[in-house]
Amino acid sequence: MRSAHIVLDGHVVAENLSLDFPGGRTTCLLGRSGVGKTSLLRHLAGLLPGSRATGPVAYMAQRDLLLPWLSVLENVLLGYRLRRDAAARRTAEPRARALLAEVGLADRLHDLPQTLSGGMRQRAALARTLCEDRQIVLMDEPFGHLDAVTRLDLQDLAARLLQNRTVVMVTHDPLEALRLGHEIRVLSGRPFAVGPVIAPPGAVPRDPGDAALLALQARLIGELRSGA
Amino acid sequence: MRPLITALGLIAAWEALVWLTGLPPYILPPPSRVAVVLVQRFDLLVEQAAWTASEMVLGLALGLVLGAALAVVFAASAAWRRWALPLVIVSQAIPVIAIAPLLVLWLGYGMASKVAMAALIIFFPVVSSLYDGLRRTDPGWLELARTMDAPPRAVLLQIRLPAALPAFASGVRIAAAVAPIGAVIGEWVGASAGLGFLMTQSLARGQTPLAFAALTILCLLGLALYTAADRLARRLVPWQPPQGD
Repeated sequence: MRSAHIVLDGHVVAENLSLDFPGGRTTCLLGRSGVGKTSLLRHLAGLLPGSRATGPVAYMAQRDLLLPWLSVLENVLLGYRLRRDAAARRTAEPRARALLAEVGLADRLHDLPQTLSGGMRQRAALARTLCEDRQIVLMDEPFGHLDAVTRLDLQDLAARLLQNRTVVMVTHDPLEALRLGHEIRVLSGRPFAVGPVIAPPGAVPRDPGDAALLALQARLIGELRSGA
Repeated sequence: MRPLITALGLIAAWEALVWLTGLPPYILPPPSRVAVVLVQRFDLLVEQAAWTASEMVLGLALGLVLGAALAVVFAASAAWRRWALPLVIVSQAIPVIAIAPLLVLWLGYGMASKVAMAALIIFFPVVSSLYDGLRRTDPGWLELARTMDAPPRAVLLQIRLPAALPAFASGVRIAAAVAPIGAVIGEWVGASAGLGFLMTQSLARGQTPLAFAALTILCLLGLALYTAADRLARRLVPWQPPQGD
């Protein structure tokens, strides 16, 4: 991303911002609420007025955004439905089924989303995001409103399924960033500035009990607090 | 069960009132007298009821189809919104009842003028309920569709339209409750058949019990139409559990 200006409701969120996201890896953008993380992600997705998508992207929001009148399987295939490409849809269907099996929803294919729990719905949304099969995946606090244990489970699942894709994930949770990010960038200030690359050691998903990781978490929290 | 007991209580009170005050039947017939007429003139009542029911159902269907089509056109086309939407809103300033005589003048004493009247009276609630629903799609869904490169037509038909169905369902319920008014007003103004026609005729001849019998059937028709529309409305949104009750 080069020389981006992000303006939201007349406020400059970021000026002359250039960022590199390493291909095939997960970059976590960490920042406090209201710093402009979501605006940055929406800018990358081409969802802000005047912004253009950086190419074909798959986008996962904080809410699951499952359509209540479609079955879980149809929701996962939504992109193919909307693009009205019957042939692509036929080839995508086995992948949709396989993804739903991976996220543990193999026996809920034909159920409506309202019959699922919050964690299951978010897993279905993850399957939908991956079913789009795009190299760039943008995620906006995808596990933000789940309970702590469900969130850890989903992080493990996401780390496995997102392997080799270029992922930009926005989060306010230092632990989440440390578990999933090959690289972490801290966003702070107004308009926000992006901190240097932090690359924690070890393969993702990292163990939440690891001592080095917890020390790094303390450092990140300190940085977030001072950078307000 | 409880509303039924209330209704029976009210009917009993009505019977007692007539009995105590000695009001003549051409002013206020007792329910027992209405019931007798209902049985005696049942064939006539059924014949007229079939006529009125056809007007209501056809008017409802016509109003729903035209109203829904226009709402979709408004949602799809900015030009239509700019050129025609204000007109539809302003047209609500015309009291529909006031143009009933005109409809009879143009479309005759037959069924067409009543169907038009019923369709016209429900047209606005149908258009506005569906159009409002189409405008209030969850922006999150629309953004998701945008990242999926969905064409606008697919977004309208596969996201905005289904998302608007709960709003449309309440429009259908209102329409079913209001459509009988259109049909009956049409019959009062000028008709050669129907329950409204039967009412004006029998009142003019002092046959008040027959008018009440027609009114009773009319209530049942309205109730049946509403129940049917409510069923239809629920089938439109199977993913929404029925609320209340």
